[in-house]
Amino acid sequence: MPYMDYVSGCPVAERVVEAMLPYFKHPGNPSSIHSVGLEARNAMEEARGKVASLIKADSSEIVFTSGATEANNLAIIGYAMRNKSKGKHIIVSAIEHISIINCAKFLQKNGFEVDYAPVDRYGKVKLDELENLVREDTILVSIQHANPEIGTIQDIEKVRDAIKDVTLHVDATASLGKIEVNVERLGVDMLTLSSNDIYGPRGVGALYIRKGVRVNPIILGGGQEKGLRGGTENVAAIVGFGRAAEITMEEWKSEAERLKKMRDRLIEGLLKIEDTFLNGHPTDRLPNNASVRFSYIEGESIILSLDMEGIQASTGSACTSKTLQPSHVLMAIGLKHEEAHGSVVFSLGRWNKEEDVDYVLEKLPPIIERLRMMSPLYLKKKKGGG
Amino acid sequence: MYSEKVMEHFRNPRNVGVIEDADGVGTVGNPVCGDMMTIYIKVKDDRIEDIKFQTFGCAAAIATSSMATELAKGKTLEEALKITKQTVAEALGGLPPQKMHCSNLAAEALKRAIADYLKKQGRIDELKRLGLDKLSEEEEHEEEVCEV
Repeated sequence: MPYMDYVSGCPVAERVVEAMLPYFKHPGNPSSIHSVGLEARNAMEEARGKVASLIKADSSEIVFTSGATEANNLAIIGYAMRNKSKGKHIIVSAIEHISIINCAKFLQKNGFEVDYAPVDRYGKVKLDELENLVREDTILVSIQHANPEIGTIQDIEKVRDAIKDVTLHVDATASLGKIEVNVERLGVDMLTLSSNDIYGPRGVGALYIRKGVRVNPIILGGGQEKGLRGGTENVAAIVGFGRAAEITMEEWKSEAERLKKMRDRLIEGLLKIEDTFLNGHPTDRLPNNASVRFSYIEGESIILSLDMEGIQASTGSACTSKTLQPSHVLMAIGLKHEEAHGSVVFSLGRWNKEEDVDYVLEKLPPIIERLRMMSPLYLKKKKGGG
Repeated sequence: MYSEKVMEHFRNPRNVGVIEDADGVGTVGNPVCGDMMTIYIKVKDDRIEDIKFQTFGCAAAIATSSMATELAKGKTLEEALKITKQTVAEALGGLPPQKMHCSNLAAEALKRAIADYLKKQGRIDELKRLGLDKLSEEEEHEEEVCEV
């Protein structure tokens, strides 16, 4: 029963749960000055150190949030509010996570100007166009490290060169634990991290804020997280995040190699199906991502048919979205609506085994064939002799 | 998300296929919107003797096509024309609100197949009486705008 939807959600590792258990019951509030509070604070700070080490940052540069979405909100809105006197122009890529896109739209409605950096057909940000978008009053650029839907990895060092000394935020939700994420080497000012994507618990994430970079809090409270995030810290979740970071640091390289081997075999098998195409970059892509599109059929039908065989994946088809709009990522790489409708993302993770790939490659072709035999578009194509 | 009935029709859709010598054919939707259906009918003594469909689309689109063809099979043309998106959705035990347009497409494709049949038979007066004469015009001017 292969689960291949790690991009939507990851299981929490048993080793992580074990580390968390004592803190579910622990009464300590990290802000209390007594010994019980101190226990909680120490556990939290230890976790902060582990998360910082994973990305080669200093622990004073890590702010815990409720997840990647909140970290993205803090980076975009918090930074813009704090630095609006320097300028009111920001740039985000066209294929950012929806939380970044919606923060940009919010700022647009509130007196800021936003440009969306275009990407090529593989999903790579067009660096020359990005360079041209930078203005005197540009205060912030946000470009994701890798795209969860099409797997494409951005050349962040080159992005840094293109935007010169403008503040750079990078959403590393999809890349953390899959490829190297080193804040110094990448040259970033802020970086978003998610716990669940490295098999930690949900409900926790972090924003790396380089020393000297100023942001306003977006959740106001009692001064927790150096005043950048109000609210009593979710200690158990933070401890879990720390443990997950520790495991990731030890294991990510060998795990990435293992996943890539499986993923390459999966893509190779998928592309053997007639009229099937790869989405995203052929080589600069996350080692666990296989994003493809099948012509003449629709993604939701494929996903539900796969589910009946015990295989879970996801789709960028409009038919599964709440808005009935196809994924903005697939539109930005220039796919036609009808192409986007047939897209399926298989995302692999720690619990997948080689035989899962065999199983998917056995079960999928008949599903595609069956749906195509039902499709008037396929019939038209066959009659046209194409 | 879907009722058991919808999933059952998605898993085992009735009347899938093409009738090569169909008496009437109706197509609605377009690939841009993510759903497109074609319904084929065979008519004898004004009764739908055989019916088949082809659908490109989501589970709801496939299930509604299946249900619409099942409801229409054996009915007289006038009876079949009474099948609406509500009839189809209700027969399927309901549809999520954002999927009601699929149900509409299925009812619409059926209507167009009947209209096509009457037109081919030269029964223009009936076409007008049943309000189906305008349908065909719309089809020719099918716009690439997705109905949500």
